[in-house]
Amino acid sequence: MSRHTLSVLVENKPGVLTRVAGLFARRAFNIHSLAVGPTEHPDISRITVVVDVDELPLEQVTKQLNKLVNIIKIVELEPDAAVQRELLLVKVRADVSTRAHVLEVVQLFRAHVVDVVPDAVTVEATGSPAKLEALLAALEPFGVREIVQSGIVAIGRGSRSITDRALERVMRSA
Amino acid sequence: MAQGSHPAPPTGERRTSQAATVTPADLRPAPPQEMTGAEAIVRSLEHAGVDTVFGIPGGAILPTYDPLMDSTKLRHVLVRHEQGAGHAAEGYAYTSGKVGVCMATSGPGATNLVTAIADANMDSVPMVAITGQVAASLIGTDGFQEADIVGITMPVTKHNFLVTDPDEIPRTIAQAFHIAATGRPGPVLVDIAKSAMQARTTFAWPTDLDLPGYHPVTKPHAKQVREAARLLATARRPVLYVGGGAVRSGAAAELRRLVDESGAPAVTTLMARGVLPDTHPQNLGMPGMHGTVPAVAALQKADLIVALGTRFDDRVTGKLSSFAPHATVVHADIDPAEIGKNRRVDVPIVGDLREVIADLLPELAREHAQHGKPDLEHWWKQIEDWRETFPLGYSETEDGLLAPQHVISRIGELAGPEAVYVAGVGQHQMWASQFISHQRPGGWINSGGLGTMGFAVPAALGAKVGDPDRMVWAIDGDGCFQMTNQELATATINEIPIKVAVINNSSLGMVRQWQTLFYESRYSNTDLHTGHGTVRIPDFVTLAEAYGAAGIRVESKAEVDDAIKRAMEIDDRPVVVDFTVSRDAMVWPMVAAGVSNDEIQYARGISPAWDREE
Repeated sequence: MSRHTLSVLVENKPGVLTRVAGLFARRAFNIHSLAVGPTEHPDISRITVVVDVDELPLEQVTKQLNKLVNIIKIVELEPDAAVQRELLLVKVRADVSTRAHVLEVVQLFRAHVVDVVPDAVTVEATGSPAKLEALLAALEPFGVREIVQSGIVAIGRGSRSITDRALERVMRSA
Repeated sequence: MAQGSHPAPPTGERRTSQAATVTPADLRPAPPQEMTGAEAIVRSLEHAGVDTVFGIPGGAILPTYDPLMDSTKLRHVLVRHEQGAGHAAEGYAYTSGKVGVCMATSGPGATNLVTAIADANMDSVPMVAITGQVAASLIGTDGFQEADIVGITMPVTKHNFLVTDPDEIPRTIAQAFHIAATGRPGPVLVDIAKSAMQARTTFAWPTDLDLPGYHPVTKPHAKQVREAARLLATARRPVLYVGGGAVRSGAAAELRRLVDESGAPAVTTLMARGVLPDTHPQNLGMPGMHGTVPAVAALQKADLIVALGTRFDDRVTGKLSSFAPHATVVHADIDPAEIGKNRRVDVPIVGDLREVIADLLPELAREHAQHGKPDLEHWWKQIEDWRETFPLGYSETEDGLLAPQHVISRIGELAGPEAVYVAGVGQHQMWASQFISHQRPGGWINSGGLGTMGFAVPAALGAKVGDPDRMVWAIDGDGCFQMTNQELATATINEIPIKVAVINNSSLGMVRQWQTLFYESRYSNTDLHTGHGTVRIPDFVTLAEAYGAAGIRVESKAEVDDAIKRAMEIDDRPVVVDFTVSRDAMVWPMVAAGVSNDEIQYARGISPAWDREE
């Protein structure tokens, strides 16, 4: 098993996410994370899906996804040729005696405190999955009370855009 | 006059799948016109070239049934259960070469269609299902007769749509027909809110389809085709493994040339029976669980398999890891996701099979011209030995009752290759595949992938509507028949004179066979009490008569031919022939589920000794 990041450009229509998620479920593919949002074009949304599969099933995933009528384009983003980021919000136990230590960790990771109460702080951090994992490990001893993560979003390095040609296609058929 | 009674207009060109395609060139702009959404649905179906709709009205689809009554182009066939509408649309699609259309109301109407939709999805049958949905304002409130049919059918359709805006009706229906008929064909469901049917809209048939994510590849890659030709020209033990894609793409003529040019043996799967005539000397028959020994053995021993429009289904491969262990695999299919899904492929070819074979032929001829034809003499000698030792056949029954195989053979011989044979699912289906000599594509219709019991009667009815000049025989079982026999009413009232042969062994025969073989003859819940020496509930002859059909009972071998001939003479109403047969007859050969094809049994306890040949 290895981890793969797929960028999936889809038509911005109701139910498309269900189609993608349903396909993963019924073909027994494992989703590690999934993030969806708008793109620079109002008719196109972008799904970043991270899957744990072997090489051959990955080909099946891609081919099956390609069969979905609302899917415009699928690109696998290789880790070396892409920037991958995730947003983390974490609520950590922090009172007068520990707050300074917590803030030190927050600074070390270039994270931010976005909320403070007498017995806790909420920390916001973005970064690669590895960095966020390290941050969480560092905060763990203080007592992590709640975590929320956005799922990975990724974009290829360099000036090329994967949406360019997909856009042409949408414009042509519209 | 009811809406169901005017005759279908001529269907025009008869070709599979692609003929019914809505291409952008066909999308003639029509002057915009004010009408209701319901009228727009009817108008859109007319524009899409539909002449027949199978369905049942109900609350949420009612607005559409009103203008449907006035359409001079659409014939509506009122069925008795929505599943019947779905299978009828499938049968219609098979024989007409067009997209089959079924219609139902929301909730239970729509859910009753699901089995037929799933069936069409598994067997790649082009079909459009139109369902009514509750008014847009009620969607999501658990309204009366509300079911999320788009959600329910998402996994079993090629695509589906929910329409709440009446302005979107024409384009959505155009898209649905295009998607259903092109690429790998399949079912598309269009769910339309009642409020959209009742609202006013300006009808305009679209001039473009706006499907940015839908681009089926039909043109094969030349380099891959050349490689396939090279392999086929040099293999010593090649097999052409032909599937239903050959039927769907209308590739029978090209296939025939490929078989002749290559000199290779061919096997035709359950979905491909007839696409190469059974009488062709290179046709080894059906592969798989109940395939012929030569077909199964040839695949197992092959050094090259050229798979054409087929998907390495588990019923063909048996235990996948031991399937055709020595074979290099060329796999051509219109659906890229089928290639490499089950079996590792050496030469993948994505494309419409007719184009693939058309491109392959000159390449193969060139290989032959350069290097001569391959020497397949040793291979054919081995195959002929299997054919001689293990021909298809059956033994007479031990209880003295009629042998079902004899009945089916005689139907095939008396009705001939120009008839259409539509099977249900089970033993009778396998015997109909084995013992009818299939000679042409489209002459054999069955539920292969989903294995839907009850398929035969409604599908036969639809097949007869799609090609009224052909004799249509449903070969059904007593179990299957009881699942959908209500459609005899549809057939009688709409003057669709199908023939139904009920191969009545008084049990769920295939399940009983497995109980005999794998469950120590413990017959748990497989006795149906319909046959010889039972209470006969129901009595199929009087049941047929109750539906206005002719009913004939056959109990002995001497009566078989006369009954078939009588059934063939009756043309003013459907006919049901109740052939009461022995329940102990079994389907052979057989590869038990999950075991290697090497362990095929020719008859109970008799397996070929493979090493003899090596």
